[in-house]
Amino acid sequence: MIERTKILLLVAVLASAAISLFAGQINPYYYDILISIGINIILATSLNLVNGYTGQFSLGHAGFMAAGAYGSAWLSLAFGYVLGTSAAGTTTMFVLALTTGGLIAALAGLAVGIPSLRLRGDYLAIVTLGFNEIIKGVIQNAEPLGAQRGLGGMGQHTNFFWTFALAALTVYVVLNLVHSTYGSGFLAVRDDEIAAEAMGINTTKYKVLAFVIGAFFAGVAGGLYAHFKQFIHPEGFNFLRSVDIVVMVILGGMGSTAGVILAAILLTILPEGLRALAHQPWLPDSLRPIAENRMILYSLLLIILMITRPQGLFGGPGLKRRKA
Amino acid sequence: MSAPLLHLENATMQFGGLKCVSDLSFAVGTGELIGLIGPNGAGKTTVFNLITGVYRPTLGNITFAGKSVVGHRPYRITSRGIARTFQNIRLFGSLSVFENVRTACNMHLRHGISHALMRGPKFAAENRETECFVDELLTIFGLTAARDEPCRNLPYGDQRRLEIVRALATRPKLLLLDEPAAGMNPTEKNELMKLIRFTQEKFGLAVLLVEHDMKVVMGICQRIIVLDYGRKIAEGTPAQIRSDPKVIAAYLGKEAA
Ligand SMILES: Nc1ncnc2c1ncn2[C@@H]1O[C@H](COP(=O)(O)OP(=O)(O)OP(=O)(O)O)[C@@H](O)[C@H]1O
Ligand SMILES: [Mg+2]
Repeated sequence: MIERTKILLLVAVLASAAISLFAGQINPYYYDILISIGINIILATSLNLVNGYTGQFSLGHAGFMAAGAYGSAWLSLAFGYVLGTSAAGTTTMFVLALTTGGLIAALAGLAVGIPSLRLRGDYLAIVTLGFNEIIKGVIQNAEPLGAQRGLGGMGQHTNFFWTFALAALTVYVVLNLVHSTYGSGFLAVRDDEIAAEAMGINTTKYKVLAFVIGAFFAGVAGGLYAHFKQFIHPEGFNFLRSVDIVVMVILGGMGSTAGVILAAILLTILPEGLRALAHQPWLPDSLRPIAENRMILYSLLLIILMITRPQGLFGGPGLKRRKA
Repeated sequence: MSAPLLHLENATMQFGGLKCVSDLSFAVGTGELIGLIGPNGAGKTTVFNLITGVYRPTLGNITFAGKSVVGHRPYRITSRGIARTFQNIRLFGSLSVFENVRTACNMHLRHGISHALMRGPKFAAENRETECFVDELLTIFGLTAARDEPCRNLPYGDQRRLEIVRALATRPKLLLLDEPAAGMNPTEKNELMKLIRFTQEKFGLAVLLVEHDMKVVMGICQRIIVLDYGRKIAEGTPAQIRSDPKVIAAYLGKEAA
């Protein structure tokens, strides 16, 4: 019997390929939003492995995204010519660039995973946030990466197919992990570390593993982003970007992949909808600043959600955070 | 007699100025069922935490199957064959009954992360094996009906039994039970003790049992160790313990009076 998740992955990849054929007919503005949705699904799903399933509150996901974006962009710019300009050549190069970006980010994830062994809760959040800023700071001072000017000139290799096929792959990996005996280690660490150790689970290994896998996919998302926008800037990966991703995870319900995907879609569309709304002539001037500033709406939404559904949109009642 | 399975030699645990376990020595042989009793605060749970590596003894040594466990991480000690339950239940709160037990099978997996991702035939075979094993244990402990329930929905007594099942799923040689019958009525207690005897014989386990109900302990244990203020004040057969003046003074006296 073929696994159900494998069939779903296959269907998702084929659907991405099929839709990609018609991508030329999609209005560029909507196309842009669609790609953003795909990238955000990868970011939110991978962060959910760390924050939702493993219970480690990471607030630096944009840092890993930056590592992947710059790593892959650098590879494309420095070695893009090596494999020639044929379709096969550029595609191979693009896949190599995404993989490299993912691996560099995974390495950064390893470096952050290690302090996570000693810290928890708010302290870990602060350290990961600091790490996010460090990565940004390093890039801002790295001349070969464009420093403060940003980095551009990568080909636009990211398309609908790659974005959604990789989003499907991320979902596949995370779901297969957390629904296996092997991956039950992540959930055990979240629910009760002492009991997890007592059941023979190496909690250290699982925490670091969550960070490394989460960071890898954030790096891939960064690579997709870099090869879609064709221009990246350190400020695009600041801690507000990390907050965006955390909000998706919390809104979706920590540890619910379906909820997190839904939240990623909603929160990508929402600011665009608000932008459109802000330009409506019938909107009273007093409301205009609110519509223009999605952070205000984020906060409002989160407050309402935390009051009415502390477990998130999809999180079960069992997923409330355990009191220490 | 061959070397004991578990051996504590002058184990001492000091928190600040307070010695919660002092100079404690005892041995548990393969397949033995030993009672560990003593008044509240005597240090019984602390002894469990020392054996399982939650705390590192301030002084003394603890060996399991001939090798020291001192300084090892708890998961390493579990993988060597010591499993435990917790006095204040520590189930994986967001997982189902089945998943709780399955988690304890994690360390025996023959296949790693790649198999979990690829899900080939080997993964499926091992998965079926794990499922059968878990279901068998759940059946023995009468938890099959609740198999897919969230574990926190279980009544208190069932949660305690689930903790035992979960500990057994690590396939231990030594099982430490910290007040497994707490909060149960006498009938439930008796049933649980029968079950413990049954599993002990079926799996060839050594068991170290902490339990306040003297009737239960005396009825089931081959040997009993009595702690008071972190010290061992007596050790012997139930009959010896029952008539030991120090034990009566420190512990049984309260009930006898
Ligand atoms: N981490 C710790 N720090 C300081 N003191 C501790 C710690 N753990 C246990 N103690 C103290 O050690 C003593 C023994 O506690 P322990 O829990 O081992 O007793 P117990 O025999 O299991 O009691 P009970 O029957 O109530 O479960 C108590 O005085 C307790 O306050
Ligand atoms: Mg105790």
